[in-house]
Amino acid sequence: MRIAIPSDEKNIDSSICVSFGRTPYFLIYDTDTKIREFIDNSTAASSGGAGIKAAQILVDEKTDALITPRCGENAADVLKSADIKIYKSISSSIKDNIDAFVSGKLCLLDEIHPGFHGHRK
Amino acid sequence: MRIAVLSGKGGTGKTLVSVNLAVVAKKSIYIDCDVEEPNGHLFFKPMVTEEKEISMQIPKVDEAICNGCRKCVDFCKFNALAYIKGKIIVFDDVCHSCGGCMILCPQKAISGRNKSIGKIRAGSSDGVVVYTGILNTGEASGVPIIKELLSGIESEHNKTIFIDCPPGSACIVMESIKDADYCILVAEPTLFGVHNLNMVYELVKLFNKPFGAVLNKCLEGENPAEKFCIEKDIRILGKIPFDRQLGTLNSNAKIAVKENKKYEEQFSTLLDAIIKEAPYETATNT
Repeated sequence: MRIAIPSDEKNIDSSICVSFGRTPYFLIYDTDTKIREFIDNSTAASSGGAGIKAAQILVDEKTDALITPRCGENAADVLKSADIKIYKSISSSIKDNIDAFVSGKLCLLDEIHPGFHGHRK
Repeated sequence: MRIAVLSGKGGTGKTLVSVNLAVVAKKSIYIDCDVEEPNGHLFFKPMVTEEKEISMQIPKVDEAICNGCRKCVDFCKFNALAYIKGKIIVFDDVCHSCGGCMILCPQKAISGRNKSIGKIRAGSSDGVVVYTGILNTGEASGVPIIKELLSGIESEHNKTIFIDCPPGSACIVMESIKDADYCILVAEPTLFGVHNLNMVYELVKLFNKPFGAVLNKCLEGENPAEKFCIEKDIRILGKIPFDRQLGTLNSNAKIAVKENKKYEEQFSTLLDAIIKEAPYETATNT
């Protein structure tokens, strides 16, 4: 299973990014092969629709699940259409989240916010 | 002649200036381009004679023709399109209706469908023709409404047109001043006001428009906006003092120049200063 986590740095010890659409990087982790890879989020600086594009990147990366502290509704629509499950992160540590995911302790994110649409939070 | 009234932020007095100038100019047209929050009509209370629905074109993808090349998805700088499981998803609220995807699609699989985004109203009030643009809440861009507002009035050259712009310096403001013959920058006497004045100053310079400033809410003592105008060699067309009575009239949706001779004189003097500054030639050439 391929999981994606928004990350502040290209480093497994960095913290999970609070923004999904505007995260600088995504960690793509394959739970079967244990291979991990950081990819740039090319849409981080776009003026609008960042969540949609970031979700598209995850679709194209063929990920099965996303672990994130929060997610906007447009991005969630894209992810749902692609059957990518959205899980809520439990801490800021990427490692802890991966461990929790693997041991089945993460819950699905049920709170989808309406998006910030260009307004910084 | 088209005179656009703009400012870098809301609440500086764009509507106060444009409404009162339109009244003292007599044969005039007032166009409220602040489509997100049009308030000029509150002062004019015009008899509405015409209302028109404004739509924009949202892409509609023919799935039978689309071959999934994704050129449209990659092109859209607003990220309004996604390609999931062999299908294009269109995010209406994010689309700016630029039409690029429709032109670009090599398969010609994308056509347009209308989506209502607001309306324009025309009416009159004591000889002033009043146009109001109204954008539906939540819509991304009021540009199509402003285009429609400003396109229909080409023919009436004998009237002075006052364009009450949206605040800021983004694309809706650019659309509002694009064909203006002269721009009035309304500024407040604060440091924050100067920052915002600088935004519209840079905009009108970029557009190569002749312009001048009106300093609103002027108090005794130092005025940072005035200092800025002097430094940048910006023509000060007039100063409106910080005046409780004027503020009260305005917040009760009264047109000051109709209520008090003092304001009528103030705004007539301001209008004279603008007319002296504004280039007549370009007005007759447009």
